[in-house]
Amino acid sequence: MTDNNNGVLVVVEVLESQPIDLGLEMLALARRLTDSMGGTVTAVAFGTGLESTGETLIAHGADQVLINDNSIFANFHAEAWLPDLSKMIAEVAPAIVLIGHSESGTDLAPRLAFRLDVDVATGCESIEIMNGRPHMTRSCFGGLAREVVTFTKTPALATVRSKSQQALPPMMERAGEIKHVDSILDENSMRTRVVNRETEKADGVKMESAKIVIGGGLGLGGPEGFKTLNEIAELVDGAVGASRAACDLDWCPRSYQIGLSGRTVAPELYIAVGISGASHHMAGCGNSKTIVSVNSDPNAEIFKSSRFGIVGNSQEIMPALAEEIRKLKA
Amino acid sequence: MKIVVCVKQIQNPEIPSAQFRIDEQAKTLIPVSGLQPVLSPFDEQAVEAALRIRDSAGEAADVEITIVTIAPKASRAPIKAALALGADNAVLLSDSVFDGGGGYVTARNLAETIRTIGDVDLILAGRQAADGDAGVVGLGVAEILDIPAITFARDVQINDGVVTVQRVLQDGIETVEADLPALVTISNELGKVRHASMRETMRAAKKPVKEWMPDDIGLDETQVGSSAMRYKLEHLYVPVNDIECEFIGGDTPADIAATLAQHMREAKLI
Ligand SMILES: Cc1cc2nc3c(=O)[nH]c(=O)nc-3n(C[C@H](O)[C@H](O)[C@H](O)COP(=O)(O)OP(=O)(O)OC[C@H]3O[C@@H](n4cnc5c(N)ncnc54)[C@H](O)[C@@H]3O)c2cc1C
Ligand SMILES: Nc1ncnc2c1ncn2[C@@H]1O[C@H](COP(=O)(O)O)[C@@H](O)[C@H]1O
Repeated sequence: MTDNNNGVLVVVEVLESQPIDLGLEMLALARRLTDSMGGTVTAVAFGTGLESTGETLIAHGADQVLINDNSIFANFHAEAWLPDLSKMIAEVAPAIVLIGHSESGTDLAPRLAFRLDVDVATGCESIEIMNGRPHMTRSCFGGLAREVVTFTKTPALATVRSKSQQALPPMMERAGEIKHVDSILDENSMRTRVVNRETEKADGVKMESAKIVIGGGLGLGGPEGFKTLNEIAELVDGAVGASRAACDLDWCPRSYQIGLSGRTVAPELYIAVGISGASHHMAGCGNSKTIVSVNSDPNAEIFKSSRFGIVGNSQEIMPALAEEIRKLKA
Repeated sequence: MKIVVCVKQIQNPEIPSAQFRIDEQAKTLIPVSGLQPVLSPFDEQAVEAALRIRDSAGEAADVEITIVTIAPKASRAPIKAALALGADNAVLLSDSVFDGGGGYVTARNLAETIRTIGDVDLILAGRQAADGDAGVVGLGVAEILDIPAITFARDVQINDGVVTVQRVLQDGIETVEADLPALVTISNELGKVRHASMRETMRAAKKPVKEWMPDDIGLDETQVGSSAMRYKLEHLYVPVNDIECEFIGGDTPADIAATLAQHMREAKLI
């Protein structure tokens, strides 16, 4: 990039004082991008209780951290973030802005793009500099295709898919600068009001950090099928997810949904049970290290993305698997 | 009350992957022959959300639902489908000058269309179109029109000039309000859409469909379609999948399960 290059600015979400994994993954991507095009990596964090956030972000690759510690940012609210974030971007003038392709990022990034009058590539899996320009690869057509796009204006704005990058191991001795910024938000300018927020606390291992995730689909035959999956998950310290079709039928909580419009997981092992393997589902689990699938249809699409396949009835296989694991653990 | 629903027509997003084809040279989708375009699923649910608002407002409330779409002329079937579901009228930007452009231009053109329609209280869009999966246009329209926007709705209610939305969060539900005019994007949790009734289907043929050109919405040809594009599509391709599936067999479910459990143990996962 020759025209203007102040590197990459990464918006890192912080939950309960911890930067989320996706934020650290994006810092690694930002480092790689600045290695090839020059410039610095700026991380920005909004929230409360951010005392140690700056050091963590520097250890993971940031050269500069802008901290906006303010109680109004305790919960994500796109409208509240926009004025400050726009100002930070104007001041830093980055060539590239990275935002997580998370529930918050997908709400924030398009608004920011139109406020900055630039284009945005959502759901990017990789970004590379070629001929001095960022080339963004994103999934489209429900995960069946990929497109590579470039933009005519800077900054290039992108949301980055969870688990598409690998975070750098932290280096506590890395040097960097931490700046605290004051919010310019005029709370009277906010036009959307959050009147209530109900969150369901999931028990057990969090899906995103579990080594084993077991996904259930319509082939489970009903909500009882999820009981067996939960039993197995408990035995192996894993987590249970689901296809959208199963969530839509209320066979399981909606927070179980894995896929394009749900969560993204990339465990060591993903066991897909009674799931047909629609690209929309695979978009959320395709990066798993090993996929094993159980399906009664030998021609099921899911076998095309699986390392191991079991053709059989989930209602027989899964209880048997629970039993075998119990034996092994005894 | 005036509601505008932005809908996109696309190829059925749930066709088997074996039927899905890309022309890498032309960087376009090769349509499956004989397959009619459909309303993008979240947009169909946005139409449903509008109809539910009208149902609960009652006849006296005089709710007018207008469908707006930028789509090639070739197929009017999805527009007809939306009218048959109960929308009142439609505005179609179908001239070839509107082709291409992407999310940024689409949002600009839709925003000007909505400005031209005038006095719109509520704009509904899908959370993302099921071809590009971008999720940009709805929020873009709201930013351009400088009105509040609420994303990922599973329920939308209007009372006394205020829209109340239940937003889907990954681990729960958030209730958000805004004064009208506002824009709301709809998620699949809105639930099932109704079927078109015989009566509405018959009426649909007579419902007004306006076709507008750039100057009808106060734009010139450089501000629409691919000539206003801000991005370049460098490549479009189908990723190769080189995974070889190894099937685990056995005489009984217990045998099969034992082999799998053994694999898991060897991989140190148990
Ligand atoms: C825009 C869009 C976004 C979407 N987003 C998502 C998303 O985020 N996540 C998602 O999951 N889906 C999503 N979908 C839906 C997706 O396309 C599929 O419809 C869905 O994933 C199918 O769920 P399923 O595999 O459980 O059901 P089905 O496709 O019905 O498959 C059931 C499978 O179970 C097998 N089976 C039946 N009986 C048995 C048995 N006894 N034992 C073992 N196997 C059995 C069948 O052979 C079949 O393969 C989206 C769709 C669209 C259009
Ligand atoms: N060509 C179009 N015509 C009308 N509405 C559109 C069009 N493209 C996108 N939209 C609307 O914007 C939403 C998000 O689209 P996208 O940003 O392309 O994912 C869609 O669900 C539609 O409601």
